[in-house]
Amino acid sequence: MAAKGWIEVSDTYCKGCELCISACPQDVMELNMSRLTPKGYHPAHTFKDGCTGCAICAVVCPDAAITVYREITKVNTPVTA
Amino acid sequence: MTTPANNLVYERPEAFTETPTHYCPGCTHGVAHRLVAEVLEEMNITDKTIGVAPVGCAVFAYNYFDVDFVEAPHGRAPAMATGVKRVLPDRVVFTYQGDGDLASIGMGEIVHAAARGENLTVIFINNANFGMTGGQMAPTTLPGMKTSSSQNGRDVETQGYPIKVSEMLSTLEGVGYCVRRSLHDPKNIRLAKKAIRTAFETQVRGLGFSMVELLSTCPTNWGMTPVNSLKFVEEHMIPAYPLGDYKISDAIKQIKI
Repeated sequence: MAAKGWIEVSDTYCKGCELCISACPQDVMELNMSRLTPKGYHPAHTFKDGCTGCAICAVVCPDAAITVYREITKVNTPVTA
Repeated sequence: MTTPANNLVYERPEAFTETPTHYCPGCTHGVAHRLVAEVLEEMNITDKTIGVAPVGCAVFAYNYFDVDFVEAPHGRAPAMATGVKRVLPDRVVFTYQGDGDLASIGMGEIVHAAARGENLTVIFINNANFGMTGGQMAPTTLPGMKTSSSQNGRDVETQGYPIKVSEMLSTLEGVGYCVRRSLHDPKNIRLAKKAIRTAFETQVRGLGFSMVELLSTCPTNWGMTPVNSLKFVEEHMIPAYPLGDYKISDAIKQIKI
């Protein structure tokens, strides 16, 4: 099963440049045309399921606006002797 | 039971302040800032780092990094950094300069700082024009490229050829690490981060002058969307400014990160 992730885009920093949208390998991002940030930009958001938490959007984001999370499916238990 | 902190993959680096940048949307200056901030945080040297801000778009860099900063006159960042580093040799000193600052008015300072082998790190942003003042032609503007002061395209017969700074500085003895990277896609951004890390490691180990040249975009002055300007870097700037390692001294090749 593919990893499940989610992102948070900060309204303070996002400038709607669309670099994350073109970089997203899953094509699940777009600009949210129904909202404006305090600076007057349409912020990026995920519009459908499929985010894997790969963080490529955060790697290309020039304003460090994106926080990336990923669901933990298995817990690495420490190996005891 | 997992806590939200365990789910975290990526967050804004702590070496940044809370101030939003003044850069245009999609400008890769922000990516370069973020890479520097991430490297300072990974190396745990934010407390002893002193940055030198240039004149140009990055003039307000001191507002964005949570480290000590000084602001240098146009082009004089390497000279100022030399003074800071000589007085405080235990600090990590870096300059962050654009091409108008470093390759035009500051050409003398950068060449002599490199020739002296000053133990500095230079982050050089090459976006092929003077971004802050309205996109005039810079020494790095490509032949035939239209700017606000070369409206028929740069004519090399009257306006000269672009200066390849990394190639030029790599011929100097004092330079330990001199590479060119690009910021146009995720792979190259990661390679750029590794190069910035190596450049700071070079300084921490006292192995000489280190510079990372980063091919960057200027969507506003190039008159393109941010996505198209990344394509411009890939299709036009990289052939003119080949990516690669121009000088890595033997001692630096041994560094394992």
